[in-house]
Order: sequence, then structure tokens, then C-alpha cells
Amino acid sequence: MLPRTRRSFMKQGALALVAIGAVPGFVVRTARAQSRAARSKVLVVIFQRGAVDGLSMLVPHGDADYYGARGSIAIARPATGEGAIDLDGFFGLHPSLSALKPLWDERRLAAIHACGSPDATRSHFDAQDYMESGTPGVKSTEDGWLARGLAAMPGTAASPFRAVALGPALPRVLRGDAGAVAMTSLAEFDIRDAAAIAGGLDASRGFESLYEQGVRDLLYGTGRETFDAVKMLKAAAPQRLQPGNGAVYPRGRFGDSLRQIAQLIRADVGLEVAFADVGGWDTHAAQGNERGQLALRLKEFGDGLAALDRDLGERMRDVVVLTMSEFGRTVRENGNRGTDHGHGTAMFVIGGAAKGGTVHGRWPGLSRERLHEGRDLAVTTDFRSLFTEVTVRHLGMPAGPLFPGFKNAAYPGVIA
Amino acid sequence: MQWRAALVAGLVVLAGLSGSPAGGPLRAAGAASRLTLPPSPLSEDERVLHALNRLGFGSRPSDLARVKAMGLAAYLDGQLHPDPKPDPALADALAAYSVLDATTAQLVRDYPQPSAEMRQRLASGDMTRRELREALPPGRRPAVITAQMQAAAVTRAVLSDRQLEERLAAFWFNHFNVFSQKGAVRWMVPAYEREAIRPHVLGNFRDLLLATARHPAMLFYLDNWMSTRADRVRPPGLISPAPALPRLAGRAMGLNENYARELMELHTLGVDGGYTQQDVTEVARCFTGWTIDRPRAGGGYVFRPRAHDDGIKRVLGHEISAGAGERDGERVIDILVRHPSTARFISTKLARHFVQDDPPRALVERMAATFRTTDGDLRAVMTTLIISPEFWSREAYRAKIKTPFDVVVSAVRALDGRLIVSPGRGAIPAGGGLELAREVGRLGQPLYEAQPPTGYPDRAESWVNTGALLGRMNFALALAYNRFRGAPVPLDALLGPVDRGEPGEVLDRLLTAVLHGAATPQTRAVLAAQLESPEITRTTADDRVTRDTDAAKLAALVLGSPEFQRR
Repeated sequence: MLPRTRRSFMKQGALALVAIGAVPGFVVRTARAQSRAARSKVLVVIFQRGAVDGLSMLVPHGDADYYGARGSIAIARPATGEGAIDLDGFFGLHPSLSALKPLWDERRLAAIHACGSPDATRSHFDAQDYMESGTPGVKSTEDGWLARGLAAMPGTAASPFRAVALGPALPRVLRGDAGAVAMTSLAEFDIRDAAAIAGGLDASRGFESLYEQGVRDLLYGTGRETFDAVKMLKAAAPQRLQPGNGAVYPRGRFGDSLRQIAQLIRADVGLEVAFADVGGWDTHAAQGNERGQLALRLKEFGDGLAALDRDLGERMRDVVVLTMSEFGRTVRENGNRGTDHGHGTAMFVIGGAAKGGTVHGRWPGLSRERLHEGRDLAVTTDFRSLFTEVTVRHLGMPAGPLFPGFKNAAYPGVIA
Repeated sequence: MQWRAALVAGLVVLAGLSGSPAGGPLRAAGAASRLTLPPSPLSEDERVLHALNRLGFGSRPSDLARVKAMGLAAYLDGQLHPDPKPDPALADALAAYSVLDATTAQLVRDYPQPSAEMRQRLASGDMTRRELREALPPGRRPAVITAQMQAAAVTRAVLSDRQLEERLAAFWFNHFNVFSQKGAVRWMVPAYEREAIRPHVLGNFRDLLLATARHPAMLFYLDNWMSTRADRVRPPGLISPAPALPRLAGRAMGLNENYARELMELHTLGVDGGYTQQDVTEVARCFTGWTIDRPRAGGGYVFRPRAHDDGIKRVLGHEISAGAGERDGERVIDILVRHPSTARFISTKLARHFVQDDPPRALVERMAATFRTTDGDLRAVMTTLIISPEFWSREAYRAKIKTPFDVVVSAVRALDGRLIVSPGRGAIPAGGGLELAREVGRLGQPLYEAQPPTGYPDRAESWVNTGALLGRMNFALALAYNRFRGAPVPLDALLGPVDRGEPGEVLDRLLTAVLHGAATPQTRAVLAAQLESPEITRTTADDRVTRDTDAAKLAALVLGSPEFQRR
């Protein structure tokens, strides 16, 4: 009696375990929530740390000033065959992002250009901080905007895997009261099998008993959650799920992160928000054009996102992927065949809920008088508008706590 | 004008030196007044352990008896007035970390950044990774500097007898945080900690603040080095002859408010300390021209009059008259140090670190009063804290959750671990210090790598989450089973004559050595129940049943217990 789908197995399997009273609370709650309600919505956030060159990633080949400003790093016009992949006669994808073109054609890939922060800082660390705290210009904010949104979501069955960041530390955006988990790998989210250390000892039970004491405080509470999470993960065993539909992830940390996010989604552990980051975008020298340094990074980026989409298949109806980067890069090529820190950049929204096949936002143009401080792509869409629309309309988060003090919440229209 | 500025600068340097001689603050001969400690509901053992855990990085097995023998007040007095003579054992353990004593210029020379040309050739495929390794072996990369600093920080915390000084060094570095991965900061961190932080941790707050304000690491990290009067245009080739920055030539420059804002928000007044955006702009104007001489070549602080805004400014109600040049910034520092918000903000942060996440207000007010009446004497402020009833209260006892740095260091100390330094490859120091420092990083607190100017948080919520707790338990297992080859823990020596065939006795000895009676009855019961498990005691094959307790597993459970996560 092979279960028809992994999900129905999970539901039945978990409920069966509930019947014999051997399952932690979270599994019970999640299994019940799933048997009651439909599948939950998931947001996958990808942070391109280091400031991606939006003008090479999403090329405004129709802008009269693009080729004049960019010199050797320009991405050739689509007509040349090797150049940008035309999207709408004005914008084109970097040729390394060819894996994303089918998503555009199916109208499941939306893009927004000239997006960014109202704060003009060109410091990576300040700008990342602002994009994660959600309070541009204010550094004393302690929590992240996604954590605030999750904490304010009404009536959710709080799974320990509600918010997961792939990586060693919890990113700023998920710090706060969301109960978010950081993990480097699903396989290692466990008490390291002490058998590997010294002859057949299971320390896990010992630790678990220590934290099971009836003390109500942060430490004991978190300890109990930890073991609930470990057990839930063991029961769901998401790491055993092979990528679906023949999806092949690029090698490396980014591909690994996306593959594991897909596993968590497919195993129905109650994931609502997943986070992964990918670096290598700070191309001050030898940036390259259709080929080269940036092209290699974009290939990994596009192939990874396409693999995630393929792996999840029809489940992508409930999933939205949102990409972001702290700022863009200078319009002009610098003296080292690279680009320096700029302002506006491009971001992607992928999934069934995306209003795809469109480059959203208002294009400010690249002529000198239109540039921010005479050198950078201006910002015409505040990142807070984009993030608010995606989280409110897709996940149903309340807008209030996300971006304190932000009044201009007109949506750019990326969610259908 | 020129000679006057030079004279003033020289006098300031002299004043700074006289306040804090190299090697740590001296203790006036014969002035060793014993502290008078207040009555406390804690037992004598608890008080000693509280001091070791709170003012230091936890107790070694022999510490309790040693401190009791010398008397707690005498111990605390010694911690507040550390012996300025170097500690030879510690010096030996640190000898492998050559970056500690190196100047920034030496480090720039010895651990150069791969040149732009090299990186370009690598990216274009013109140069293979192997050729790069030959041209610039890993032992000569800038990453070595941070690795050595991290290893040295763990080594000092584990081994130093001046535990309070070490804890204060970590506290004040974190308060005046710089991020080692931001640009040229990586070469400046050793000098920053050595010159700007350590000499002042028990000295005067104004000296500490001024030392950080003038240090290239802070000037670079918070961008003040490129802040100029608003109408300045960078002349080609004048300011930055370094080839790394040719693109700055001819570009419009201007005011950068980054340092001015953090100086008030994070270093002195606190976010609600009563300053306005106008104050931020005015303070930024005062600090224009405080910059770095050749920032990419290891140069020091320099004042550049032509970048300075010499107009009248108004800061927090004080008028700063035109034409004072470099002294504008010093005036700002004086205004900030004497502002009542600063006394309160600094006292609150110290009390949060040493007493409770939400420290009692009365204690903060008394510390702030000491700060004001002594003009920021940090030893006096710490003394007020240490002799307060609040510090020795039941509420404060074991009330702080350990940070990852605390957990790793205190676990090694609790098991009396050693640190072995092996030669490693090139200038990369292998061994216990580095292994443990990497573990601190994996647990979420990579040292010298806190990106935001706030440094690492000092409240429980930031450190307790599911992934983090699992990490701590796994660390406990790895340490107890001697998986850190450079940090062996001698469990046999710790257990001494205890009969390994009596698991109950082994457990008692471990609980005493590591938790000193702080285990809850439930914890003791849970661990005792573990003793019944066949996994704890191995049974030999012959008829005679000999039991051999798995002390490593018990030790791991104790180190991973909720009690050990507190200090």
C-alpha cells in the first residue's frame, strides 16, 4: 500500500502516530492543521548580498544611454544572438539567465526595475541592515521585518519550521519573535549521532530529558521546541526527497540551500517563510559582459531558481520567490572594468501568484540628468512597497508591523 | 597656526599617555584598599562562583577553593587592579599569534590583498587558482589576521588570570564595534584592540572614546575618513595616492554623517539620549578632516585642515566657535562625555552585561552618579557595580544567558582543558584557539565579525533559538569526547580517584566540578536516571559484571544542560 503522494503519507503517517500517542505536540498540531485547511502559502526570500548589477541582470537594451555608459561591460543587444534575451522589446535577461525565460513566457516570472531603498547609503552593511530591519536610516531597530510580520500573523499553527533560514546564523530579517530556525543543512539538524563519536551512545534522549523539565522559561521552552523540531524533521525526513520532475540544482551552497527549501516545502512541515542568501555580486573589477565573473554568478542564480521551480512543480501555485539586493551599481563602467556601489537595482518575483511576463515599476532612464546623484540608477519603487505587496497579498501578513513609519504603501502590482 | 595645532595635538597625546601607561593601569603603591562587600542572600560558594561567572569566563575546577582561600574581596580587588606585569604563561600561549603586536603598516605589507590586476587575471581565466596560490599563498592572505585575532581572543579568555580585564576588553570592543570584513578594517583590528580598547577598559571613558574616535579602524568603519566639508571636491592625486582608489579623484565629496550618528546613538547618549538630526549634522561638521593618512597602506590618524568645515556649529545647545579646526571634534567629545544621558547609557549597558538583561534602575542611577562625579572613571563605575547589593542579589544570580563565546570558553575552563598551538601552515595558526574560535563562529558569534555598529546583542532572546541550542549540545559532545584536537579535556584527571564503576559517584563529581551545586533537583534526577541506561555503563563480556561509566557522555550532558547555559 504505497502512499500516493508524499503529502498524504505525511498526513496519514503523522495522524497514525498521534493515535498511539508517540508524537510531539508540533507534529500533532501541524498534521491537524493540514487535514483541516488547504496547503499553506510559502514565501522564499533570496538575498543577493554584495549589490547585484541590476543593469546587467535585467538589461535595459532599449534605453538610448545604456550602451554609451557601459563600455566593455555592456550586454549586447538581443539582435546579435549572443546578447540579452529580449523580454518586451526594451528589457532583456542576461544570457546566463536563460533558464528563467520559460517562466517569463508562462507569465510566472515578474521583474521590477529601479527598485531600492529611500536611504542613499552606499555601504553594503548599512544597506543590507536597512533592507532586513525594514527601517531605512534607523539602525536601532532590533528585529527584522519578516519576523515582525510572522509574529503578527493571526491564527497560524506555529510549526517549529515556520520560518527557516539556510545558513549558520539567523539573518537580521528573521530576528525577533518569529521563532525562526537557522540551519546549515537538514541532515545536520540533530544531535550529532554520538555513535559516530563513541560506540553506540544516544545522547539525544539525555539532552531531551534535561529540557523536558516543567520549568517555564525561554531556555527550557526553546529546548523543548528544539527536540520537537528534531523529531518532526526525523518523522518527515525531507532530506530523503529527491528533486522532482528531474530538476537539477547547481553545485554549491546556493543550490544546496534551494534544494533543501524545496524539500521542506514538499514535506509539509509547516514552512511559511524560507530564506537563503547568495554572495559574489560586488563586481568592482573585471565584471565581464555576456561572459565572465558576473555571468558565472548569474548562471548559478538563474539555474538555481529554475531548478526550484521545476522541483516544486504544481506546488509553485502556493509559493512565491522574491529576490532582493541591497543596492545596484554605478551606471558607468569604472577604471577597473567593473562597477562601484550604486542605488536602484532589479528584483524578481516568481510563482503562481506573480503577475508575470511584465517588468514592473517606472523606468527612470539612464540619461545623466535622470541619474541619482548624477551617477546611479534612480529608485522609483521603494523596496518597502514591493515587500509589503508580496507579503500582504501572498502570505496574508498584516501590513502594519512590517515597515514602521512607512506611509506610501501603493503596491507596484507584482501579485496577480 | 600650524605649529599651534601640532602643539595641541602633542599635548593631547601626552595627556592620553599619562592617563594610561602601556601595559595596563598602574595601581598606586599602598593604595590597595580592600573592598567592602554588601550583605548577600547568596552562600559563600555561590558568591565566589557568581564573581567567577559574571566578572570572568567561568570557573576552573581549582578556582573556587583558590578564591575562597585568598578571600573574595581580595580577589575582586585584584581583578579591579590587575597586575601590570605580563603573565608569562599567557604570553607563551599567545606567542604564535604574531599579528597581535604588528602595526597596521606591517600587516598591510605581510598580508596583502590580491591586487586588482591579479583578481582580474583570475576572473578572466588568465591566471589559474594554483598560480594565485603560488603568487600569494593562503598564509599570506588578509584572512590570517582575523583568524589569529579570533584564536587569541579565545586563548586569552580561557587562560588569563585577569578575567575581568578580558571580559571588559570584549565588552568595550563590542561597544565600539568595528567589522573586520569592511574594506581596510581587516588590517587595522589588531592595532585597534591593542591601542584604542585595551589600555582604557579600567581607565577613563573620555580617553577610551577619544582613542576610538581617532583610530583608523573606527574612522574607516564608520566612514568619517572620507567626510569633508560639504563643498569640497577631491583634487586629483592629493588625498589618495593608493592605486586602489584612483576613481575617487576629482569626485565631489561631502559630509558623511555615519560616525556622528553612531557616536551619539551607540557610543555615548543612546538612541533616546536627547539629540536631533540637526545635532547629527553639526557633529559631523565638527569631525570633518579627522581622517586617515594613506588608509590602504596602514597610515595613522591625521587631521586635514582643508577638508575641515571651520564654520560655527551648535551641538546639543553648546556653541562651537569658528576656526578651532581639529579641536572641534575634541569639544564634541567633551560635551558628550559630560552629558547626563551618556552616564546613564554607559551604566545601563554595563549593568545589563554584568547584572541582568533588565538591570535595576536604582543601581544604574548610582553607577551613573559615580560616572558623573569621577568624570567617567570606569574603574570607579565598575567598583560601584561590584559593591552593590543588586549585583549580589538572588535575582541576579545565574540570570544571564551565556553567549556562544561564553559557552565555549567556560566549558573549556570547567573541564580544565588545555590549548595546544601547533605550527600550522604558513602564518595560519592551527590548534585549540582557532578550533574553538571557529566553534564560537558556528554557534553564531564570529569574533571581530559583527557587521552592524551595534555589535553583538546582550540579551537572552538573541542567543536562544532552536538551531543555536542544538549547536550548543553538539559542541558539548564534541568537547567532552575530545574532538577538538587542540583543546583536549582531561576527564581522567578531573575525576581523580572516583571509582569509574560507580556511575553515581562519577556524576556527583562532574556536577560538582562543572555546575557547583547549581543543578536543579530535576536535572540531577534526570541525569541519575540516565545512569540506569545501559548506554552509560559498559558491561564487560565475562561473567564478572564490571561497570565502566562513560564519563564523556555524562560530561557532555552536563555541559549541554540548561544550567550550564547560564552564568
